Amino acid sequence: MSDQKRGIIKHIHKLISKKEISCMELTKKYLDEIDKSLLNAYITVCEEDALEQAKKIDEKVGAGEEIDILAGVPMTLKDVISTAGIETTCASKMLMGYKPIYDATAWKTLKDKGAVLLGKTNMDEFAMGSSCENSCIGGSKNPHNTDYVTGGSSGGGAAAVAGNIAAYALGSDTGGSVRQPASFCGIVGLKPTYGSVSRYGLIAYGSGFDQIGVLAQTAEDASIIFDSIAGYDPMDSTSSPKYTPNSYESLSGDIKGLKMGIPKEYYDGVDEEVRKLIEEAMKVYESMGVKIEYFSLPEVKYTLPVYYILVCAEAASNLARFDGVRYGHRTEHYKDVNEMMCKTRSEGFGAEVKRRILLGNYVLSSGYYDAYYKKAQNIRKLITSAFYKAFREYDVLLTPTSPVTAFPMNKNYGSPQEVYLADICTVPVNTVGIPGISVPCGFDSKGLPVGMQILGDRFSESKILNVAHRYEIETQYENNKCVDMGVRL
Amino acid sequence: MRYDLVVGLETHVELNTKTKIFCNCANKFGSEPNTNCCPICLGHPGTLPKLNEKVVNFAIRAGLALNCEVNLISKMDRKNYVYPDLPKAYQISQFYDPICKNGYIELDSGKKIRINHIHMEEDAAKLVYKGGDTYVDYNRGGVPLLEVVTEPDISSSDEAKEYLEKLQMIMRYIGVSDCKMQEGSIKCDVNVSVKPEGSDKLGIRTEIKNMNSITFMAKAIDYERERHIEIIENGGKIMQQTLRYLPETNSTESMRSKEDAQDYRYFRDPDLVDIVLTKEQINEIRNSLPELPGERFKKYVNEFGISENDAVLLVKYKNVSDYFESAIEGLKNVKTVSNFIIGQIFRSLETEAEKEEFKILTAPNQINELAKLIESGKLNMNLAKKALIKMLESGKPVTEFVSESDMKGISREEMKKMCEEAVKANENAVKDYLSGKEKALKALLGSVMKQTRGRGNAQEIEEILKGIIVK
Repeated sequence: MSDQKRGIIKHIHKLISKKEISCMELTKKYLDEIDKSLLNAYITVCEEDALEQAKKIDEKVGAGEEIDILAGVPMTLKDVISTAGIETTCASKMLMGYKPIYDATAWKTLKDKGAVLLGKTNMDEFAMGSSCENSCIGGSKNPHNTDYVTGGSSGGGAAAVAGNIAAYALGSDTGGSVRQPASFCGIVGLKPTYGSVSRYGLIAYGSGFDQIGVLAQTAEDASIIFDSIAGYDPMDSTSSPKYTPNSYESLSGDIKGLKMGIPKEYYDGVDEEVRKLIEEAMKVYESMGVKIEYFSLPEVKYTLPVYYILVCAEAASNLARFDGVRYGHRTEHYKDVNEMMCKTRSEGFGAEVKRRILLGNYVLSSGYYDAYYKKAQNIRKLITSAFYKAFREYDVLLTPTSPVTAFPMNKNYGSPQEVYLADICTVPVNTVGIPGISVPCGFDSKGLPVGMQILGDRFSESKILNVAHRYEIETQYENNKCVDMGVRL
Repeated sequence: MRYDLVVGLETHVELNTKTKIFCNCANKFGSEPNTNCCPICLGHPGTLPKLNEKVVNFAIRAGLALNCEVNLISKMDRKNYVYPDLPKAYQISQFYDPICKNGYIELDSGKKIRINHIHMEEDAAKLVYKGGDTYVDYNRGGVPLLEVVTEPDISSSDEAKEYLEKLQMIMRYIGVSDCKMQEGSIKCDVNVSVKPEGSDKLGIRTEIKNMNSITFMAKAIDYERERHIEIIENGGKIMQQTLRYLPETNSTESMRSKEDAQDYRYFRDPDLVDIVLTKEQINEIRNSLPELPGERFKKYVNEFGISENDAVLLVKYKNVSDYFESAIEGLKNVKTVSNFIIGQIFRSLETEAEKEEFKILTAPNQINELAKLIESGKLNMNLAKKALIKMLESGKPVTEFVSESDMKGISREEMKKMCEEAVKANENAVKDYLSGKEKALKALLGSVMKQTRGRGNAQEIEEILKGIIVK
């Protein structure tokens, strides 16, 4: 195989359906590599379940039955997506040992198509963080350089896909948690439109922002997975009843004449190397007949505070249910129910989660609601209409995914705000509810991957996936570099 | 000094939908603990609520029946507080944009008790205390509730009682709730304050939580009124606080003071979408509403000439009123039927619950048949009442108990003849009557009635007898 990743899903599908490799054999290969891996990508490995599913797929193939394109493809789920009977911890001491009694809709859909679940991947606790280091099992390591972080919060899934110990992964993206680790690890990360993939079973962080996303080797892979999991779910009132995704079919579309807007504000304070690589990508697009135009989107500047106020408020409410009464961690010694709840929460949650709960309760408290929460909601509307206006002008927007490349592990940060600033390029997408995709566009001088972000209007996944796909073909996948580890097919 | 009492009520009405407000679990009272629950109403991580459309429909019905405006767009909010009976640590309710607002209930006096708003919300689970331990039964968690909030328009415990009884009646009429106090399907929080008579300025209020008996509610209001006045008269100040009523001692005790008041940190629930209604939808529901008890009461008194006391009894329960409505079809004098119901039929129903249920063997059309026989003069009241008793016992039609000859009636001539014979045969009785013994006439009457085999009209016979004797 070449040094570039050209997608793996169709390849695996061909291998299995043509019986060039049995699903059992393939799954074992992945399980062996997971066992040997030093990336700390997995919290739980589901060996038995994976092999059982693989056996079923082999039986189907043996019987000459046609199988779904995702059948038998070994994959992972971020440990925030509920799996019946399989531990789902959110990388928190609070949920150690918690086994949901139901499946998340996105997972159930994939399971029914024959997906082989290798395990549940590492993340920042309750999806709060952008390094994956806020995990109760410690951070995952970047396959491109294991001294560096994977990014987060879906760091384990990004490491698993980049490090070839999973063909693809589902993550969750509340403020960039799929796109940013994808960019740090040199893979593709798709955050779909809010309401396109069911949130049922996704353990909530910021309910009005959360969306299940895809981590994959290429835009084409992401498109196949997205088409499989997107669509209306009666269990999720916020899922769109109108949407029938068919992004894979539109991948062949020509992008000549497409209008690509470059919102200037996204490039303020961006690392020079990152900026240069994205400018290179613009040239590639120009050479394909895309019209590039810089414009101003000043509302973006207000997104970060608005995002953190709103998301923390929702998080404080969402995480209040973890009280030790019904599931998860419960403190050992207590006098009464109040002490039990207090001690359980003090022991169960990590520092970042506690910080966001406090912040969230503060902005909702009586006397502060108008000044913070309500004002933030109003500004959110302004930002949203600014983006809608931009999409009347441009087909897609091109921005960096992160102002910087992966940072070293165990770095000391001056303050939490410094860490929050790293999300500046990704949070607008969630604040507005539009889709965004991070695509690898080169490497910095340290050899760390750089990602660019393509944004589209609501429910324009087909368009942004195609724009990403065209770029990968045009550059002959040279930025989708393979890392020499894990399963090589 | 004289004082005005100011009372406002927040009433929780449990809706009788088949399923809970946000999941498909059965909404049923009295099941084995924790058998009507699922990951959603248990608040398991990752689950999402899905609003039951029937609850919205019922809320609109209630709003229209209580003269409210229905908001075309309303929203669900989270009320955040931690308690073991609340598995999500927030209750989904409506705080900023409730579904109905600006309604009223009219009291018999004509006074309108304004309703500020009605909102939809979920009930919490039930805590069961046993042997020093606390258990949680989640069956009730997620049961749909309407909260009906009045303005502070109520100025006596009697008005509060009447308001609550009317609310209960209306909810039953429109079929959205059983409103059974004993099962907790209707309960209220009472806000009480007093102010100098005629003053515009409201006094400091106290709130009595969770009243589940109308009688106790009235007592609690009276008690609080006296307590407030006493404190003020002694130069003290009322402390704003939440109270609990103790029926054993007819007094209240503090649950928490204003300083400990909860900050519920309300915000829009991002898991649910706006409830968007059209005028057509609302009109459709309006058209499906039954005649309400207030309208029926007025009709009975003004059009039918039924006494107010009887009309109250007839409209009190919808089943009774519906029965009455269908039993009077085509009758000129409907009082016969109301008398049957309030007299004979109610006598066989001992409890209020039985009256409310109104399960009797005799169908309304059978009563109608009976009443028509009376109206056409074919059957006299005496025989009719006797037949009714048998009809109620057996469920059989009136024709089973009265013969052809019973229904023939009896002519005045025949009666006159019988009376003359009776007077002749009972000279002593006539003498007694003439010497002032009224009772003696009854004996004569009895013997004539016996002869007519009940067909005769007692009043008419008495008249004839008197005529003969006095002559």
